[in-house]
Amino acid sequence: MLLPDSGTAMVEGLEIVKDRKKIRKMIGYMPGRFSLYQDLSVEENLRFFATIFGTTIQENYALVKDIYRHIEPFRKRRAGKLSGGMKQKLALSCALIHKPEVLFLDEPTTGVDAVSRQEFWEMLKRLQSHGITILVSTPYMDEARLCDKIALIQNGSVMKISTPEQVINQYRLGLFSVSSTDVYRLLHDLQEIPGAHSVHAFGQTAHVAFEEGSLSEEAILNFLTIKEHQVVKIKRINPTIEDCFMELMSPASLNDSK
Amino acid sequence: MNDGPENIIVVKDLVKKFGSFIANDHLTFNVRKGEIFGFLGANGAGKTTAIRILCGLSYPTSGIIHVGGYDVYTQREKIKKNIGYMCQRFSLYDDLTVFENIRFYAAIYGLSRKEIELRSSNLLQRLKLEEAHNKLIRDIPLGWKQKLAFSVAIIHDPRIVFLDEPTGGVDPITRRQFWNMIYETARQGITVFVTTHYMDEAEYCDRVSIMVEGKIAALDTPLALREQFGAANMNEVFLKLARAKITEDV
Repeated sequence: MLLPDSGTAMVEGLEIVKDRKKIRKMIGYMPGRFSLYQDLSVEENLRFFATIFGTTIQENYALVKDIYRHIEPFRKRRAGKLSGGMKQKLALSCALIHKPEVLFLDEPTTGVDAVSRQEFWEMLKRLQSHGITILVSTPYMDEARLCDKIALIQNGSVMKISTPEQVINQYRLGLFSVSSTDVYRLLHDLQEIPGAHSVHAFGQTAHVAFEEGSLSEEAILNFLTIKEHQVVKIKRINPTIEDCFMELMSPASLNDSK
Repeated sequence: MNDGPENIIVVKDLVKKFGSFIANDHLTFNVRKGEIFGFLGANGAGKTTAIRILCGLSYPTSGIIHVGGYDVYTQREKIKKNIGYMCQRFSLYDDLTVFENIRFYAAIYGLSRKEIELRSSNLLQRLKLEEAHNKLIRDIPLGWKQKLAFSVAIIHDPRIVFLDEPTGGVDPITRRQFWNMIYETARQGITVFVTTHYMDEAEYCDRVSIMVEGKIAALDTPLALREQFGAANMNEVFLKLARAKITEDV
């Protein structure tokens, strides 16, 4: 849909500039913004996409059934009148109806609640079992964990490509999870603790990253006791993808990689 | 009704129907002055409907609702002057510059020319956007836009600010910076009413309500909710409540 200034890329062995018409036939694409026809009905939208790709709803119904059956009771409703979750299911059905080999999903779960996100990922896993390759972008780091391979992108360049496990294994810092009764003050005070590399809020706790050997549990406890924190809990933890991503995004790491 | 000195939003038996569909089903809750109140719920649970009513943009079917001491049936204009509102999508004008957007909102809220001068330069300085002040909104990164939209929503020093999914689609670091701004705002005494789908952010709220199908299914501090539902974090609390309802329906 957009041509590169330079460089090349292949999708299913086809070159993205020269063979782009062929590529379009074999991929499914779900853009970040809802872009189906608002004034066509659910069924009309799906039929439209099937027809464009020279197929019918019946032919590939098995593939979309799992997803489409949730919205089938509303098949006469205009797409513009659907709820957010239903729009998302319709968009996915339309992207799948020609049985693509590769599915591109641009932030399909942004603005979607925790329950629907879980269901959406269950659907993706089922599609994967049908042999469909899925390339999905997301701002939720807990979803990154569910991928086979992830690329972390910042300011137009890829910082890292590997499996979620490798990303976590390559995290070079030590990490403490710290909590007390006043999380806001805790975050504020921890910013000043000597020996910490970075401090980030993680729900009811703060994650304190440090160079091995530069910070100990006792040091944190002493520091927070002086600052009069109550019920301080400190635990050594393994990093999450979110810790890794934030470390890769920090200016220090960006300089390292140059 | 006596709102009490500490309650800035008082909602009693709020009902909103669209035809036969009940979007808000007897909501009752209070929001305390200066707190960060998390208003959670699945898509379609009725959050946005309730927020629109609280902001004076839509009338309730029935119920007693006071915002900042004003009545939502008869004093909507007063409410609008005392609140700020930011939603994810439509807050800023893409084809105006950063500076023009700030001036536009400040003027809408009725600030004097002198105040506008002062506050916009303060704001640009605080957000470190001085060099970008002549850029069009469409040309600046999403994270900047969101911080700017939030700052603009409180440029008139409202007593309450409503944030409807302010951090949707934002990277982990920008999300945390945004929450820092929320904390600072609350410390200035502005009450923050916020919705989010990030459950780690729910932990940052003083109190949280969870809506399921038009009703408030739970309301308390994150700690009390975790204890009540025997959950390790707010994500589990949310899944327990919202998923239970879905299973019941099927």
